[in-house]
Amino acid sequence: MEILGLGILGGCMIAGLFMGNLLGKLVGLNSDVGGVGFAMLFLVFLSNYLELKGKPLPERVGRGIEFIAALYIPIIVAMAAIQNVVAAIKGGAIPILAGGLATLLSFFLVPLLARLGSKETS
Amino acid sequence: MLDLLSKIIKANGLVFAFVVVALITLLADRIATAIKQKRMSSSIAIMIGLLLAYIGGVLTNGKRGIADIELFSGMALLGGSMLRDYAIISTAYGAKWENLKKAGFAGTVSLFVGVFFSFFVGCVVALLLGYKDAVSVTTIGGGACTFIVGPVTGTALKASSEVIALSIAAGVVKSILTMALTPFVAPKIGLNNPAAAMVYGGIMGTTSGVAGGLAATDPKLVPYGAMTATFYTGLGCLLIPSVGFLIVKAILG
Repeated sequence: MEILGLGILGGCMIAGLFMGNLLGKLVGLNSDVGGVGFAMLFLVFLSNYLELKGKPLPERVGRGIEFIAALYIPIIVAMAAIQNVVAAIKGGAIPILAGGLATLLSFFLVPLLARLGSKETS
Repeated sequence: MLDLLSKIIKANGLVFAFVVVALITLLADRIATAIKQKRMSSSIAIMIGLLLAYIGGVLTNGKRGIADIELFSGMALLGGSMLRDYAIISTAYGAKWENLKKAGFAGTVSLFVGVFFSFFVGCVVALLLGYKDAVSVTTIGGGACTFIVGPVTGTALKASSEVIALSIAAGVVKSILTMALTPFVAPKIGLNNPAAAMVYGGIMGTTSGVAGGLAATDPKLVPYGAMTATFYTGLGCLLIPSVGFLIVKAILG
């Protein structure tokens, strides 16, 4: 029943993208707003709910989902290999400075805001 | 003989992409073992991917990296948004509802802070490098958010295509740097727990950058970072052409 895991995953994705596009339309953008995030919420909610009920997903169903999760890094490697790296380098100073500084400075914000999260929990 | 082989490969692009990525992974693993940094094998694999993307771009003048070489066109399917999103969602299996709830507030705040902070940095760079009109400055600022926010903003504000291209490139630089640098920066910024990962996703915002960066840092953190990052581009497309543009216009007069 591994295919059931792939199916649950697919169902969450379609439902999530539907929600994301609906939200996009609602706020006047003709695009997806957080569709993947909604899909992840559905999956977390479903698996946590079933566990709480004492009826977790059967092991073989879970294995189907875990198989895709194991392909995650290889898929990311393929994704890296199809980026427009040449354009990023050739664009000159503006893209490198704007994108580069935004990235480097943003890193420093993470510990500041993460503290906000830990205050919330303690 | 070679003709036949390349014909078969072209007809089975996705399957050949599995072979290519498997070889990259194997090579990265060997390199990581050789330099005694076993944990870095994913980030080395991602770097090899970026290097191949560069080679593909130089050889073909195309936009899709290695996938523009016909033999490797299957990489576009394996690394495209459909399978990427499908795999990102699968990582949420095993995530705990309580962890998400705990960091929900900080994650939401980080989204707003992240969008406006990157936008601000991008605008300052555009101003310093000689752009004075509100439309161009806002568009480049949008590009500093993600490579989708930039062109969406530029199109909405009717920016020139040259400025839109710059904004896309800025977003691509951000996503590549996030992918490559996160594993090295992670220990210094306390990126080692679900709450910090959710904040990180909200601050950086580039889905591919966050996904790649966390994969190379600690795969267990992927669902938390990806969860917030996926809302970032939408929020940016919403706020930058409207609120962001009004702020820039008010300042530049």
